[in-house]
Amino acid sequence: MKATTPRQDLVRGIWKENPVLIQLLGLCPALAVTNSVENSLAMGLATFFVLLGSSVLVSLLKKWIPKEVRISAYILIIATFVTIADLVLNAVVPEIHKALGAFIALIVVNCMILGRQEAFASKYPVGRAVLDAAGTGAGFLIALVIMGSVRELLGNGSFLGVPVFGPDFEPWIIMILPPGGFFTLGFILLGFGWWKERKAQQVRPRRWPHGVTTEVEEAA
Amino acid sequence: MDRPRFELTASPHIKGPDSTPRIMWSVVGSLVPVVVAASWYFGVSALLVITVATLGAVGTERVLGPGGTLRDGSAAITGLLLGLTLPAGIPLWMALLGGIIAIGLGKMVFGGLGQNVFNPALIGRAFLQAAFPEGLTTWPPAPERWFQLAGDNFALPFMSPDLEPFVTGATPLGQMKFEGIGTAPLDLFLGATGGSLGETAAVAILLGGAYLALKKYLDWRIPVSIFATVALLSQTVHWISPEYPGAVFMLFSGGLMLGAVYMATDMVTSPTTPKGAWLYGLGIGALVVLIRLWGGLPEGVMYAILLMNAMVPFINRATQPRVFGTGRGVAAP
Repeated sequence: MKATTPRQDLVRGIWKENPVLIQLLGLCPALAVTNSVENSLAMGLATFFVLLGSSVLVSLLKKWIPKEVRISAYILIIATFVTIADLVLNAVVPEIHKALGAFIALIVVNCMILGRQEAFASKYPVGRAVLDAAGTGAGFLIALVIMGSVRELLGNGSFLGVPVFGPDFEPWIIMILPPGGFFTLGFILLGFGWWKERKAQQVRPRRWPHGVTTEVEEAA
Repeated sequence: MDRPRFELTASPHIKGPDSTPRIMWSVVGSLVPVVVAASWYFGVSALLVITVATLGAVGTERVLGPGGTLRDGSAAITGLLLGLTLPAGIPLWMALLGGIIAIGLGKMVFGGLGQNVFNPALIGRAFLQAAFPEGLTTWPPAPERWFQLAGDNFALPFMSPDLEPFVTGATPLGQMKFEGIGTAPLDLFLGATGGSLGETAAVAILLGGAYLALKKYLDWRIPVSIFATVALLSQTVHWISPEYPGAVFMLFSGGLMLGAVYMATDMVTSPTTPKGAWLYGLGIGALVVLIRLWGGLPEGVMYAILLMNAMVPFINRATQPRVFGTGRGVAAP
């Protein structure tokens, strides 16, 4: 593994290794609760909080967690923060809590969070773990809000509940139904793939004498 | 340099005149009577909706396709069929969007002609129905004069249609399901009923289908199997409890004719084996009866065909014919 700078730890999760749009992790909440910007924001912030909290704790406790039971220890730590998020959401914004339903409890099994503990927080000091968690959490939040915006704009004609297109807008009801989640994610991924392909074409492959082409490592 | 005496080429060595463009344009030609019948009953709106849906499909093929694929006519068929599944009064922008979705999401995403799992026209229609349930289930009765619009066709893009000045009716299936009223069989056969553009004139569709079946451009087993299943099942149910409609009504109402003849038989999305074709038709027929009689919707042809489209790879695998000289009774060498 290449050594990374703290800045890379923070920025990487937002764009280059965006959990939803690039790594395709945590798709369950990304598809299920992004039918409005409000729900997406709430889900993104709750996940951000859980990821940050558990990364700090895992990084602090890494010396005392036996290797054999580390996954269950991570899950316990994550579950603690999910319970906090669940209770806080229920107390502060009960309506959103109701709209998100079981998906708040399901943050526990969001593989993006467990993945960051296993791959990063359990190996690095607290400061770096915080940066990594903040970057990844922000990437998740951004992806969810993008999806929520597309779906709410088309499916309801509004943004954060404020009508955008006037009273005569004909909502595309399918976009706030489950298929809309798949369509939106699919088209975003399609756009990403197209963009990456175009970028890759601009980088010229190095041609070896015997005709084997190798991909030039993308400049980081 | 001497030219070689024998030219060695790969098979096939004997070629028929049929090609993809020839078959596709024949299908387009056979749809002309259906379009004429639709415009006879629904006036100028029918032609507008069908034209715009076709433009949407062809335009998307032009933009997203690899180039030169417009000539094979498959995008035109998708657009025409999509237009024929829409009600006459639908805003034109919805028809255009349907055409774009049909080709973009139903075909190009999978890799173009021959790669798609589902019938593209039905994908477009299913998207529209899920997105705009109200616009897609507003059935205007035939207008009095030919140039009279059947609905608010010219609603601004993305805006709701203004349905105030228009009378809306019900389809025979809707009347049967929600009010228990039947429709005269002759009206169903000739098409003088409410409904989507192409689902009314059974006689025009059967003529086009017979022509295509004679030319072997569609597998006659599929529509025959669908019709037989629907007739048998619904007549049996009708005998057991007469409150359900009989076979004649089930066959000639709704989109069954158009779906069975033109959509279920799409070469790309239907089984390749004869046995598979029977099985596929049986599945579609059974699903149509199930959805119509006991489902929440009055019409189920679209979902029946889409569901069976998904089954086609399995049907193909399960119905492979025995290779001559192998299997049953032949001792291994």
